[in-house]
Amino acid sequence: MNGRCPSCEEFSVDPPRDPEGAPILRLVGVDKVLDGKKVLDNVDLDVPRNRITAIIGLSGAGKSVLLKHMIGLLRPDRGQVLLDGVDLCNLSRKELFETRRRFGMLFQSGALFDSLDVFENVAFPLREKTTLGEEQIRERVQVFLRKVGLEGAGGKFPDELSGGMVRRVALARAMVMDPEIILFDEPTTGLDPIIRNSVLCLICRTFREHKFTMVMISHDIPDIFHWCHHVVVVHDGKVIEAGMPEAVKSSVNPIVRQLVEGDIRGPVHLM
Amino acid sequence: MLFRVAEGVGGRALGAMRSLGRIGIFLAAAVWNTVVPPYRGRDILKQVHFIGVKSLFVIVLTAAFTGMVLSLQGFYTLRKFGSEGLLGAAVALSLVRELGPVLTALMVTGRAGSALAAEIGIMRIGEQIDSLETMGIDPVRFLVAPRMVAALVSIPLLTAIFDVVGIYGGYLVGVKLLGLDAGRFFGHMKTSVELSDVVNGVWKSLAFSLIIVWMCTFKGFYTERGAEGVSRATTSAVVISSVLVLIGDYVLTSVLL
Repeated sequence: MNGRCPSCEEFSVDPPRDPEGAPILRLVGVDKVLDGKKVLDNVDLDVPRNRITAIIGLSGAGKSVLLKHMIGLLRPDRGQVLLDGVDLCNLSRKELFETRRRFGMLFQSGALFDSLDVFENVAFPLREKTTLGEEQIRERVQVFLRKVGLEGAGGKFPDELSGGMVRRVALARAMVMDPEIILFDEPTTGLDPIIRNSVLCLICRTFREHKFTMVMISHDIPDIFHWCHHVVVVHDGKVIEAGMPEAVKSSVNPIVRQLVEGDIRGPVHLM
Repeated sequence: MLFRVAEGVGGRALGAMRSLGRIGIFLAAAVWNTVVPPYRGRDILKQVHFIGVKSLFVIVLTAAFTGMVLSLQGFYTLRKFGSEGLLGAAVALSLVRELGPVLTALMVTGRAGSALAAEIGIMRIGEQIDSLETMGIDPVRFLVAPRMVAALVSIPLLTAIFDVVGIYGGYLVGVKLLGLDAGRFFGHMKTSVELSDVVNGVWKSLAFSLIIVWMCTFKGFYTERGAEGVSRATTSAVVISSVLVLIGDYVLTSVLL
């Protein structure tokens, strides 16, 4: 365990690795039923401030639903989602939209607007949510495109980009409003190993530079244990393990063990 | 057994009520965001171009042939009663009061409504609508309101164009092909068509605009389950809009007559 990005030696997410301190985001006793199925079952979860939290689990375990609750895209049937102690469920629609300015989110597909080029995609939240002038917007977008290594790609449209480039544009768009919390829904799924590592590396570098609070759904096991501060394991809509990477990795819970080791034999039968 | 049947019926009734509620709330949100500023001028213009300008060709074509066939049928029917001279009035009244607003609405539903549903549906399954929400942007204000304003502007204008082209199509067949006197054709039209007929047509086309954008954007907005879901949403948007236009036409006709 070296606390370094596995893709490059120059970037490191430590110190510190302990997730202590007041959590920025808390889920308390959250239940959610979708299409008659209980997707979240009495979930209690703390997201530590200025740390990277990884959420891992099998496909269909409820990870994405959990992430959508954190930003108020879904409302729990029961329980609370507290952002700095304020329950998102009690906010009016207008207040919720204002609160979401504290978040950035990177979707699995990137969710770029097809009709806008790369530059306009990144500029979009600035145009919609700020009073910045055209020159300031241009400067700011260029800064963030440079950060993600896409300085010359501003004129391209999403369908002209590779999967890795789409995620990098999406990351630039998520960061451009200078949020406090960035949520990542499987940012590396479907990418080849080199592009996957470049995206992970970019996330590490972004964390080092900005110290955002980051929550990431990931299947990059065991790599994820090397560079996140806090790991949450979700199974069948329940949080079955949460804590520092070392603690989760050495958990005796058989499901966690099976997940960490990627063993097809164990309590979870897929075939 | 009886309990299970009752449970099934109750479940379906609740589901239907929930869907109706969702449709109603969506309409209320769409109307609210359409009326309350700020207005998105550039987006509205873009949608006027898409819904209005790009539908022009199909509207002109449909209108011309509708007017021509009305004139052809009308001529042979009226001749049985020795009233061919009333052909101009018959064509104009049919178009202005009924066929103009209804056929324009149906053509716009087929051409632009289906595209609205598909575009918004693809945005839904591509997580672009969620993305708007996460940026704190109200997707109804961003996506639905400009389309609503554009439809309310474009469809009545398209209806007016439909009426004029349809009348001219009727004139071509009635006067140029069947030899009716042009003075009689337009003379009876002038005395028969009143301002209230035109105004009723405008009310109808405004109501149909609302129905088309409401249904098509709603179906796109709540698309589920990938490409198949988009296909299903698009089909049902067109079918439901068309049926509602026809039902709305009957209701409005009975109210406005």
